[in-house]
Amino acid sequence: MQSIIQIESLSKKYKNAEMYSLNNVSLNINEGQIFGLLGPNGAGKTTLISMLCGLVKPTSGHFTIDGLDYQHHASKIKKIIGVVPQEYALYPTLTARENLHYFGSMYGLKGSDLKDKVIEALDLLGLLKFADKQVQTFSGGMKRRVNLIAGILHKPKVLFLDEPTVGVDVHSKTAIIDYLKVLNQNGTTIIYTSHHLAEAEDFCTQIAILDQGQIYAQDTPSALIEATKDARNLEDVFISLTGKALRDDI
Amino acid sequence: MIYKIWMSVVKEFLLLKRDLGGLIILFIMPLVLVITVTLIQDSTFKAVTDSKIQILIVDNDKGSVSKTVFENLEKSNLFTVVTQIDNKPITEEIAKENVHKGKFQLAIVIPENLSSDLQAKIDQNVEKIVSSLGLTDSTATAEPQRIIKEKEVKLYFDPAVQMSFKNAVMSSIDKMISQIETKSIYKTFENQLGVETANFEQKSFISFKEIIPTINNKEVRPNSTQHNVPAWTLFAIFFIVIPLSINIVKEKSQGTFVRLRTNPVSNLVVIIGKTITYSIICMIQFYMMVAVAVFLFPSIGLPSLNIEGHLLMMSIVALFSGFAAIGFGILLGTVASTQEQSAPFGATSVIILAAVGGVWVPVFAMPKIMQFIAKSSPMNWGLEAFYDVLLRSVSFLEIIPEISLLFLFFIITTSIALFYDKKKRAV
Repeated sequence: MQSIIQIESLSKKYKNAEMYSLNNVSLNINEGQIFGLLGPNGAGKTTLISMLCGLVKPTSGHFTIDGLDYQHHASKIKKIIGVVPQEYALYPTLTARENLHYFGSMYGLKGSDLKDKVIEALDLLGLLKFADKQVQTFSGGMKRRVNLIAGILHKPKVLFLDEPTVGVDVHSKTAIIDYLKVLNQNGTTIIYTSHHLAEAEDFCTQIAILDQGQIYAQDTPSALIEATKDARNLEDVFISLTGKALRDDI
Repeated sequence: MIYKIWMSVVKEFLLLKRDLGGLIILFIMPLVLVITVTLIQDSTFKAVTDSKIQILIVDNDKGSVSKTVFENLEKSNLFTVVTQIDNKPITEEIAKENVHKGKFQLAIVIPENLSSDLQAKIDQNVEKIVSSLGLTDSTATAEPQRIIKEKEVKLYFDPAVQMSFKNAVMSSIDKMISQIETKSIYKTFENQLGVETANFEQKSFISFKEIIPTINNKEVRPNSTQHNVPAWTLFAIFFIVIPLSINIVKEKSQGTFVRLRTNPVSNLVVIIGKTITYSIICMIQFYMMVAVAVFLFPSIGLPSLNIEGHLLMMSIVALFSGFAAIGFGILLGTVASTQEQSAPFGATSVIILAAVGGVWVPVFAMPKIMQFIAKSSPMNWGLEAFYDVLLRSVSFLEIIPEISLLFLFFIITTSIALFYDKKKRAV
């Protein structure tokens, strides 16, 4: 399989910070993968995803997405990636349809193509009958699903998801994961962060475990479990690699 | 790009449509403001004819001077003279107490023997002049002259009364007393010289005439509406800073701004979308205010706004003033991190800009340093441009400097906002 994201010695140290949030990380993500970035709080997952989405500039190192870098091809990269942030990045007083029409249009979608894509996605995620309701009236799970649709309407080549199922019920979670699997089968590479290790074990084809800004391990979920002594699941691997100490930080 | 801008405009309108508070700030408050202020200002203009100020008079003189003061005060149509409270004559003490408590704004205490002493003083002076000219009877023996002390008319003002009102009243009373003195002097000369030889013309020789500017041979007399509507329209246009800055801060806190940064759309497109939307709102605000001033004002007893031949140029001034306000709103929204920062700062700064710009107090009446500062207020540029169009009937060329400054302000503030945002992104 061809590599779609190539990361070389990527580091990030925020202004006034004592430690590196990401320290000399190198990584290859192949096309068609569902790549899970797992790690405790403060491990550097969100920093890595933010850099890949063009929100944060690296302190050092280099990366390419589909052979393109941000320095020269920011606009091209933004056209082929989709981003689903952790917070509901939606206008609460607009309806689901209005939100999706707006964000879809920012990707250059228009006319009946845009309308059809919005209807199709809303239908697939069980939201079509709520299309004309204001997002502020939605439950957490419904907002998460609209949030997801806003990031995938343009059928991105690479999709970044920052904890897409946090705080939702089992039904919404299943709907989201099933939809993401369909997207992946249709050719979208998915890079995903989560604290739901069981979900990641089932969903991801490849996993990297990060802690203290460094990658501790990277492989398929089954290979990681096999390689770790006495591990029965991904949670055991995670604890074995990152320890049991609390990671509270402010 | 055009389609993205169009969709941004549609989105902004949808957001505004569902924000009742924002709509009230944008459309209802300016109308309430312009109607209220014009009503108040107009009543001040019309006070002379409509609502009279009650004035207490303590008459210790009971002579011709106090009679003339009474007559002149009544005639002036400014005041209603009150000489009794609860059917009791007013003493100086009662007058002082009532005025200081704010029950009346002014009391005049006319001293005892003012008329007789004034006459005696004038007689003495006239006699001196006449005798120095050798016009007196040489056989008459000169009587020793008694010493007449200067008299004081006391004025008591309510402490809450504005200095400008105080000065106006004092100067009109001063004028009245001078007239009485002059008349008495003429009268005494007439008596001394005999009516046949000295029939003086007592009418004022010098009078004032205000020359009203004319356009197409028609006099254009400025009224309170012509002054107030442009000033308060401008104030309302600048209040757009508050909803606009809140709108930008909200986008940042909701996460939609972050999402837009990951989309293939530049921040400039987002800013252009907001500028178009809020410019349209500024123009709607402006036309609403003009419509109210033209059609509603006459039915509530206010003078109608005369926009004859001015509407196009007024619209241009409103549009460029709107740009300046939008630039300021974009900058504030970009720099502020919370609504708690942007809303009070926005409101206060607009009030300061209005005060500095001459919305309340004309710039010429400000101290030198403030006059200099006023020249740097975008609200002053807008106000001057409105007055140029509406009151001075200038040509388009003559408002170019003011509208250019307004546009430059928009460009500078928006550029700073874009630069600040770019700098902030480089985390």
